[in-house]
Amino acid sequence: MTFEEVYRQEWGQVVATLIRLTGDWELAEECAQEAFAAALERWPRDGVPRKPGAWLTTTARNRAIDWLRREAVGAAKLKEVAAMSDEPEPAYDVPDDRLRLMFTCCHPALAMEARVALTLRTLAGLSTAEIARAFLVPEATMSKRLTRAKQKIQYAGIPYRVPPAHLLPERTPAVLAVLYLLFNEGYSDVVRSNLSGEAIRLARLLVQLMPDEPEACGLLALMLLHDARRDTRLSADGVLVTLDEQDRTRWDHVQITEGVELLEATLARGAPGPYQVQAAIAACHATARTAADTDWPQIAALYGQLKQTPVIALNRAVAIGMADGPAVGLRLLEQLAAGPLTGYHLLPATRADFLRRLGRYSEAATAYREARELASTEAERRYLTRRLQEVSQ
Amino acid sequence: MKYLLMICGDESAEEYADAGCGGWTEEMTERGVIAGGAGLRPPREATTVRVRDEELRITDGPFAETKEQIGGFVLIDCGDLDEAIEIAAKHPAAGYGTIEIRPVLEFPPT
Repeated sequence: MTFEEVYRQEWGQVVATLIRLTGDWELAEECAQEAFAAALERWPRDGVPRKPGAWLTTTARNRAIDWLRREAVGAAKLKEVAAMSDEPEPAYDVPDDRLRLMFTCCHPALAMEARVALTLRTLAGLSTAEIARAFLVPEATMSKRLTRAKQKIQYAGIPYRVPPAHLLPERTPAVLAVLYLLFNEGYSDVVRSNLSGEAIRLARLLVQLMPDEPEACGLLALMLLHDARRDTRLSADGVLVTLDEQDRTRWDHVQITEGVELLEATLARGAPGPYQVQAAIAACHATARTAADTDWPQIAALYGQLKQTPVIALNRAVAIGMADGPAVGLRLLEQLAAGPLTGYHLLPATRADFLRRLGRYSEAATAYREARELASTEAERRYLTRRLQEVSQ
Repeated sequence: MKYLLMICGDESAEEYADAGCGGWTEEMTERGVIAGGAGLRPPREATTVRVRDEELRITDGPFAETKEQIGGFVLIDCGDLDEAIEIAAKHPAAGYGTIEIRPVLEFPPT
């Protein structure tokens, strides 16, 4: 295992344990940082310890003890220090620590952006500079955001714990939402693609820590199934490749199998939720041998089970159009046209595709042009330009 | 920890002014989390005081021209933010107005 892998895997645990022991977020992070620095110096010389995580936690804990002794902070704190020194083995395998940290970072009293940043920093171990880069803000801004979030946790008394059972249904969606947001940040942008990997890693951890939470499994399955197609979404020259034209042999079939198996096991528990339904839709796409084999009626039915937001309604219209023909799809789109989707490029893009399938090329061209005006990425604009040329010939 | 619950509502909330708190006060008093509080006269009877460059400026009405205004406040003393949220959510005003929870500045014991 490379040092980078050890770092990614153990950082969250070390920080979480140190926060539990010291109650001080800044100190916990600093001591974790120092422990990893010490490892980087000693492991190449002395060899990697048998339990790297325990070694790192012990080292970080000792730094914290040193620091607290030096500061000689009040009798109560010194007593805690003594208790910490007496612990023969650091309480390393308390799985709750990271879960607690995850729920604290994703507390609904924190702004969404703060939740995401804090999760990346404390659980995934991304540096402030890395997070700032990912969210296209100056490092100083991100640093301030993180400091403010940690201060709010301290001064507003946000508890460091997994919420009690009666609050779990209310709080778990916030954790899942943060992870999915992270994933999507990474999925829609090549530059931030490492965020998707972090989201999947954290979701795996969440599933491991909360095996009884079907929606956590649903989210992990959903992300695995989307991520399996990552490499085929753009052509070598940066043009968006839509699902029907992607090279299916290049999809990550190991990941698809894992996602499908996870989803099936989860659905079998009979507690479906939006992430499981979305994963089921992704599974329909991922397991179709060819684009023509896609089970569109099933996909349309699944979209029908989701809360009908404008974007879901649009996706459902696409699925119905694919199942029952472009003329039917087009009629459904007309009902959506004047709504809150105004200005959303996928609405005219979808209309254009249906018109193209019907052979109404000049109307399709107008819609492709409209979509291209509204498109947000260069890859999409190039794709739409290509389509526009096709129907203009 | 001590928190100030600022009970806010727009003008329509005035109709609830004499409605009482539906047993909330009694429940929370018994639980021992109430450390003070009062209802307030409406914002039109407020006076705002500012001192700028040693000059006293007194203006009529509340400082902020927001739609929702503080109609009352309760000081509570409880374990953490989750408990404060739970207490605030039980207050009837949470059903028609909003309740802002602000931690009270606390100085470390010297």
